[in-house]
Amino acid sequence: MSLLQIENLSLAIHGVDILRDVSLSIDPGQIVAVTGESGSGKSMTALTVMQLQPNGAVAEGSVLLDGQELLNHPEAEMCRLRGASIGMVFQEPMTALNPVKTIGDQVMETILIHKAMPRNQARDRTQEVLTRVGLPVDRLPLSRYPHELSGGQRQRVVIAMAIALRPKLLIADEPTTALDVTTQAQILDLLKGLVTEYGMGLLMITHDLAVVSEMADQIVVMRRGEVVEADATADLLRNMQHPYTRMLFEASGHHVILPEVPQTYPLLEVANVVRDYRLPRKRLFDAPGQHRAVDQVSFTLNKGERLGLVGESGCGKSTLTRAILGLEEIQQGEILLDGQPVFSSHKPNLDVRRRMQVVFQDPFGSFNPRHRVARLITEPFHLLNTPPTGSDRQDRVAEILKAVGLRADDATKYIHEFSGGQRQRIAIARALIIRPELILFDEAVSALDVSVRAQILDLLAELCAAYDLTYLFISHDLSVVRTITDRVLVMQAGQIVEQGETEHVFGDPQHSYTRALIAAAPQLPEIGKGAA
Amino acid sequence: MLRYSLKRLISLILSLAVASVVIFTVIEVAPGDPATFMLGVNAQPDTLAALRAELGLDASKLQRYVDWVGGMLTGDFGTSYTYRTPVSQMIADRMWVSLPLALYALTLSTLIAFPAGIYAAARRGKPGDLAVMGATQLGIAVPNFWFAMMLVLIFAINLRWFNAGGFAGWDNGLWTGLQSLTLPAIALALPQAAILARVMRSALLDILGEDFMRTARAKGLSRRQALWRHGMRNALIPVLTIIGLQFSFLLAGSIIIEQVFYLPGLGRLVFQAISARDLIVVESVVMLLVFAVITVNFLVDLAYAAVDPRLRSRT
Repeated sequence: MSLLQIENLSLAIHGVDILRDVSLSIDPGQIVAVTGESGSGKSMTALTVMQLQPNGAVAEGSVLLDGQELLNHPEAEMCRLRGASIGMVFQEPMTALNPVKTIGDQVMETILIHKAMPRNQARDRTQEVLTRVGLPVDRLPLSRYPHELSGGQRQRVVIAMAIALRPKLLIADEPTTALDVTTQAQILDLLKGLVTEYGMGLLMITHDLAVVSEMADQIVVMRRGEVVEADATADLLRNMQHPYTRMLFEASGHHVILPEVPQTYPLLEVANVVRDYRLPRKRLFDAPGQHRAVDQVSFTLNKGERLGLVGESGCGKSTLTRAILGLEEIQQGEILLDGQPVFSSHKPNLDVRRRMQVVFQDPFGSFNPRHRVARLITEPFHLLNTPPTGSDRQDRVAEILKAVGLRADDATKYIHEFSGGQRQRIAIARALIIRPELILFDEAVSALDVSVRAQILDLLAELCAAYDLTYLFISHDLSVVRTITDRVLVMQAGQIVEQGETEHVFGDPQHSYTRALIAAAPQLPEIGKGAA
Repeated sequence: MLRYSLKRLISLILSLAVASVVIFTVIEVAPGDPATFMLGVNAQPDTLAALRAELGLDASKLQRYVDWVGGMLTGDFGTSYTYRTPVSQMIADRMWVSLPLALYALTLSTLIAFPAGIYAAARRGKPGDLAVMGATQLGIAVPNFWFAMMLVLIFAINLRWFNAGGFAGWDNGLWTGLQSLTLPAIALALPQAAILARVMRSALLDILGEDFMRTARAKGLSRRQALWRHGMRNALIPVLTIIGLQFSFLLAGSIIIEQVFYLPGLGRLVFQAISARDLIVVESVVMLLVFAVITVNFLVDLAYAAVDPRLRSRT
């Protein structure tokens, strides 16, 4: 008998169908990955197993845990099961822990709430579990608060809470999406180890097909609330039945062909740049400490070239981006665009500023929701001394919207009328409208679903051919950088540790950090050849 | 925690110093002669001269500031011009009314607001929530003196449970004193409770949407357990802010209620002193109130740190 058996599960929230006839099963010691794009219902499936679906949700079908029906199980009974028989790990380690309670208390709570053992034993068990997840108590005492821990450490605490009572079933909802690749690799290893050691069943929800292929025994592909395909990992990779599965895998490993870099000259010159942040004083009369976020960074970006910048969170990527945009002053060194400084006499240089644009990660947060698209994308015009007016302005708007694959009459719409991918197209239109010589893409495709991401990458390749774009593409996603750039910089702790031709750096990394990054990144198997 | 407390304490002392300079400057050094102002334009020259000597206006401004601050530090607030009694004595008498009244009202308001806010948050959108929200809307909209008059009508005139006004003093026992403060405290507390209940409700609702509340539920806590164990302490942070503000307001701002109930409190003292142009009393009471407000803020800061470990470590 399966540990978890979901059969014909349907869920409607306030009359809107969210899940339709979802069936899947998990055996003890098995890892089943549910994958799909946003809105596919994968997280809602997990929450329904926990019986934590939002108010107004009506579920039909059957969810059996060890033969026991969980659907419409009395709430008090569910409370007894949650945490004891089913553990759950969430996506966002930064907010999944209560900021005002110590990590020891929070892990111990799982044990005490189920009255599994007396307090002193619970304390021992807490120490044991935290040590098991890689947080030995002598290095990280139980009295620490979540804000004193890194993202990876917090995720370990969340896992410790979930496994403290050795549940039969562990549900992990995008457990590594918010983490860096090297941390992700460690957390995935930990989860795999726990499954083997405890014989748990693991229901893993993730959009990352590379992670899925490396981790799962069984893959379930969902789309719009329905299971489109489910099979053992090796079989599914060898022989994909459904076109949607095929499309997902193809889009994940999407390759674009960039036009040749023309004969060229240096456009952006970054020389020995240092950016220090002041730290708060430790004592009243001490000199304040310094944090060097960017340390002696030098590189040149040629006109028409596509340069990548990779590194983990906190490595200084964003600080460097801000310095290049002239948003902040640097402490040493020089940033020149076409020979002119981006920052002159303590002020951003407007002449340079109007020749650069930026596209940010968040396609939802980077637009004012009360402005129409025409106004949003013409915002960079205020950088010009003589912005186009009247019909000239309208023509420019129409032209740029068409260039990014939208329609001219989209100009009168508001931003909420567009999907995430369309919004990112609008962001690109906003950057392109004043024909900048340099565009900075700051994690510009990281928040997008794989199929949309593939489309945006295609769009970038097309725009490269049409507009001779020069860009700096900042991302933590190595596979994207690999296809969309000619050269790449690898940044670690404020320094560029390696740079060179993208294919060369990825194919034959010289620096140990680059090697570690590439090794940690999960590999997408080649379709039709079975698991890696 | 100690570093944090010390820093807040230094900030408290600096704030007091700045406040004293501002109050002194506004009242004593501003254009125009305080003695002329106090006596009016038709005063006799010799009376003026006498008052000037009494106020010490002949000395240099710095000397007068030092004397004033030094006096306050040793408990000597000077002598009231109108009543010819030591200001410290007048303030002490009134404090015995105003401070218990403020604490009484604050306690009542908290006792009403916490359960009401928590009840409403736990039943969001349901009839219970709507009822509480309607009641608080009313509590905020209706002025407190109207409550005061209704309370007098019902409990003093009809039911005769309490006196309609006046203060019996603390000499006849705690209960007698509390009895004369009960109706005013209720009248003061109701609008404050209405505000506080709303803050409590919205703070809790914010917290209920947090990821860590979902984590708590996934651990096996019931809705109620999650609310109490993980929600309350986080929700207290905005609530404490409002409580701090309300206490400062209750201490000094109860003048209308003091009038309605004939209570000899600080509010009436300031009002009378201003009408009588008794600048000595005014500046002393104002300084005292500033002291109270800053001290309450200091205590609220300490309470924040007790609640939120992130503040403790960010020194």
